[in-house]
Amino acid sequence: MMVNRSLEMAAADGSPGLLSGLAEPAPVGLADEVLVEVGLADRIAPVAAAIGTLWVAWNGRGVATVDLGDDGPTMAAAHEAQTGRRTLLADALPPALASAVSRRLAGDRHVPIGLDLRGRTRFEVAVWRKALEIPFGEVRPYGWIAAEIGKPRAVRAVGTALGHNPVPLVVPCHRVVRSDGSIGNYSLGGPHNKRAILAAEGLDPEALEDAAHRGERLVGSDTTRIVCWPTCRHARRVAPGHRVTFHSLREADARGYRPCKVCRPVALTAA
Amino acid sequence: MDDPTLADALARDLDAAFEPLVLAHADRCYAIALRVLGDPHDAEEVAQDALVRAYRALAGYEQARIRDIRLRPWLATIVVNQCRNRLRRGRPATTPLDGLAEIGREPAAPAEHGPVAVAERSVEREQLARLLAALPERYRVPVVLRHVGDLSYAELAEVLGRPEGTLKAQVHRGLAMLRVAAAQAGLEEAIA
Repeated sequence: MMVNRSLEMAAADGSPGLLSGLAEPAPVGLADEVLVEVGLADRIAPVAAAIGTLWVAWNGRGVATVDLGDDGPTMAAAHEAQTGRRTLLADALPPALASAVSRRLAGDRHVPIGLDLRGRTRFEVAVWRKALEIPFGEVRPYGWIAAEIGKPRAVRAVGTALGHNPVPLVVPCHRVVRSDGSIGNYSLGGPHNKRAILAAEGLDPEALEDAAHRGERLVGSDTTRIVCWPTCRHARRVAPGHRVTFHSLREADARGYRPCKVCRPVALTAA
Repeated sequence: MDDPTLADALARDLDAAFEPLVLAHADRCYAIALRVLGDPHDAEEVAQDALVRAYRALAGYEQARIRDIRLRPWLATIVVNQCRNRLRRGRPATTPLDGLAEIGREPAAPAEHGPVAVAERSVEREQLARLLAALPERYRVPVVLRHVGDLSYAELAEVLGRPEGTLKAQVHRGLAMLRVAAAQAGLEEAIA
């Protein structure tokens, strides 16, 4: 039969009472869950994308990295080495984050996705935030970002910051091209991926480069007298008979064209 | 690492010392939440949320303030507040039959006790847990803190903001009510 024991700890011999037997250990995983939530550990999970398997690492502060790879343990180890945070392999992103990421990859810039950008400089964060303003299916030159964040001469630094983007595709650094109009490099598996992603967004990278090399850097409409970046949605709406091209903003200005208020073309200094 | 040492480590480097804090205190936070709320799922959420809140609070404190924190009552305060919020949201405290006697959650029985004794102990715990969950909140919380969470009366006073004398009386009253309920439930042999 049951032992005759006290509810509370016995004062005489200190033997534990029945109530102390109701103290159960925390479920396995609770500590990890807390550490991930406060950003002292990360989880990493695969997301299928057109260019391959993306490994998304995140914690309670937001998405920390996005990278291409095949093997989960390798990607987790690499992320751990890079961040110094224990990285736990997961089967999938949490449903809300999975849905937000897939919408972002499909071109929805406005779906909110928290980012864990601890340790990054204000300049880098400003560059990435600005890249996020470029719509799906459009590109802007490095110099545009430099001008927009108030550092018009920091074009090379903008290129470097984009190369260090820890969350490619989530922050669409592939929509930023070189100031001479060539597509430029890409951290996520190289320039062929940048072309593939832009093509999947409905652009023709080769045609864009050819036009830029012919000196067609800006596109205007002779009915509205407004000048745009060539991929701006307003430029692409201009009927062929009214479409005019310019080498530079100075040339467009001299011919009486004003810059589009949506894509805000700027004069570019050489990178 | 004892609590003052841990508090000192947290003051010096929160991110480095927070994992040791979680490992040292998660079980107690969970045990308190489990027996105040009576539901393992709710308790897990509350314990997790309480530790996350603890981190965010510490992140905003000055070093000197962190050093002065008495971690056991401080964490218990956060857990109890979160439990109360949840109880106030109107979910009744319940103790489902499954979960409590799950294989693997049962503390290891002393070697001399055979499987029958373990099974009896399991039923006994389950019944006791249900009776505890049915105690009114103002008795249940101090009884849980004192006898499940193993906090001192001084620590209870800090958590609940009531004088130690009042708390001793409430714990005494709570235990008395438990004994009566246990007798009615036919558990009297187990409880002196």
